[in-house]
Amino acid sequence: MRPIRFLLDRTEPLFRQGKPLGRLYPVYEVIDTFFYTPGEVAEGSCHVRDSIDFKRAMSVVLVALVPCVVMAMYNTGYQAHRAMTEMGITQVPGWRGAVLGAVAPWGVSGSLLGNLVHGALYFLPIYAVTMAVGLGWEILFAVLRKHEVNEGFFVTGLIFPLTLPASIPLWQVAVGISFGVVIAKEIFGGTGRNFLNPALAARAFLFFAYPAQISGDSVWVAVDGFSGATPLALAASGGLEAVAASTTWFSAMIGTIPGSMGETSAIACLIGAAVMLTAGIGSWRIMASMLGGAMAVATLMYVVGSPTNPAFSIPPHWHLALGGLAFGLVFMATDPVTAAMTGTGQVLYGLLIGAIVILVRVINPAFPEGTMLAILLGNVCAPLLDYYVVRANIRRRVLRHA
Amino acid sequence: MFEHYLSIFLRSVFTENMALAFFLGMCTYVAVSKRVETATGLGIAVIVVQTITLPVNNLIYHYVLKEGALAWAGYPDLDLSFLVLICSIGVIAAIVQVLEMVLDRFFPALYNSLGIFLPLITVNCAILGGSLFMVERQYNAAESLVFGFGSGVGWALAIMILAAVREKLRYSNVPRGLEGLGITFITVGLIAMAFMAFSGIEL
Repeated sequence: MRPIRFLLDRTEPLFRQGKPLGRLYPVYEVIDTFFYTPGEVAEGSCHVRDSIDFKRAMSVVLVALVPCVVMAMYNTGYQAHRAMTEMGITQVPGWRGAVLGAVAPWGVSGSLLGNLVHGALYFLPIYAVTMAVGLGWEILFAVLRKHEVNEGFFVTGLIFPLTLPASIPLWQVAVGISFGVVIAKEIFGGTGRNFLNPALAARAFLFFAYPAQISGDSVWVAVDGFSGATPLALAASGGLEAVAASTTWFSAMIGTIPGSMGETSAIACLIGAAVMLTAGIGSWRIMASMLGGAMAVATLMYVVGSPTNPAFSIPPHWHLALGGLAFGLVFMATDPVTAAMTGTGQVLYGLLIGAIVILVRVINPAFPEGTMLAILLGNVCAPLLDYYVVRANIRRRVLRHA
Repeated sequence: MFEHYLSIFLRSVFTENMALAFFLGMCTYVAVSKRVETATGLGIAVIVVQTITLPVNNLIYHYVLKEGALAWAGYPDLDLSFLVLICSIGVIAAIVQVLEMVLDRFFPALYNSLGIFLPLITVNCAILGGSLFMVERQYNAAESLVFGFGSGVGWALAIMILAAVREKLRYSNVPRGLEGLGITFITVGLIAMAFMAFSGIEL
């Protein structure tokens, strides 16, 4: 650690006001406070002593996301390998083939490590573009508007690639993250002042603007011309039978199914949830109530059944394993900025999202997956829920002391 | 039968929300959404006006304006449907006047907080849009009652959501060029994007 401090201290004068790099001070600040506690102390008379701040909270989320990232890379490689075997392709095409041949010649054989490296070759470019473009906007706004670059972006920048299919064109990644960072967050004043989750807003924007590259059957597996529908899309057309024919519940939990890169593995999300709850970062109220809402509606749908809509036949425990429900539940609905703030509000917020996720999945033929839009809708309704909870509290206390 | 009405209601509240899917009634939607309290009042006023005017307009359309509707008066060939627009506006204006007097007499606080925006309901495109949709979709009297109530509820819900979000955004730090209406329009766009969750649901 000491060399880092030394390096930071040496460069710090360059970024002082009036010095050549003075305008870029937020860049220095973000790197410094990423490694070390900020040096500032409270100026006013009223302050809170706590060893954790927003930066450290976001670092915990990054740690919690690691299992999802690993599974994302492994599953991307695994799905690609499976598709290649099926189509009789033995060489990975393009530059990926060259890199794979150089660093991991055994990569195409479908071994554990080979799949991981192969998948990383899809995940890392998307991640790099997200970070470069997103951080560029962040720094631009931080410099022009004189606020700090917030660690919140590192979480956004990791969640966003995880919600994308592996085959997405990189320019769309850039356009999407630009929308998310600028329109959904920075014009409201940056982290803490937005009302929509930027990663989700970015994904929803791509979903509506370029549906061909982010929905359908042929985008989920990173091999050209291979058509691999997500289990949820199969469920919408063929019900539980079609899903069970393509995969097992256990492998859906593990995450070896086609889908957006990071969302397939419910197990990885569970590990992430454990990390976040142990550290006290994510709200257990939101997680529990969203799970409850989703399971309640899913059970209801399963019991009611429908002669015309096969999606009714998916039992609740399958709903949990498929699609982005687990990922959204752990990492996106719990975003402390855009979720409801009050305790009761959080319970209502979770219930609302959980119920809408399943409703959209089952009864909306336009979208096979509803997590993204359900959470956005939850974000939008959260201030209203908070408003009524606060109002009810005020009314109760007035009555008590009247 | 009941299912049919429920479907009209749910569709007009969520899938075909007047404010967030058709962007009707934007002037009042943006102007009166600074506080949840006022927005709720206006929302209720819109629900009331919409629920009354739609069936009334429906009856007028079916018994006076529609082609051949005047057969009972001895004019089977008369087609007055070109008068739909102006008639609807007249009916809406009259009903808003009555509502204004009622509010002034019985709910002075709400009357004062709504201020100029109550008369402006007359020119709220969501109300007129409701009447014109009703003609276009050939609803009967009962259907138009449900549709009127539903689209009113949908609009009220939309303005309450926007008002709550804007109350939260009071703490945000918007670039100077976007302050006020600019950021509000962007907010409305983002809310509408979230409401797309319901688009495509067939009931």
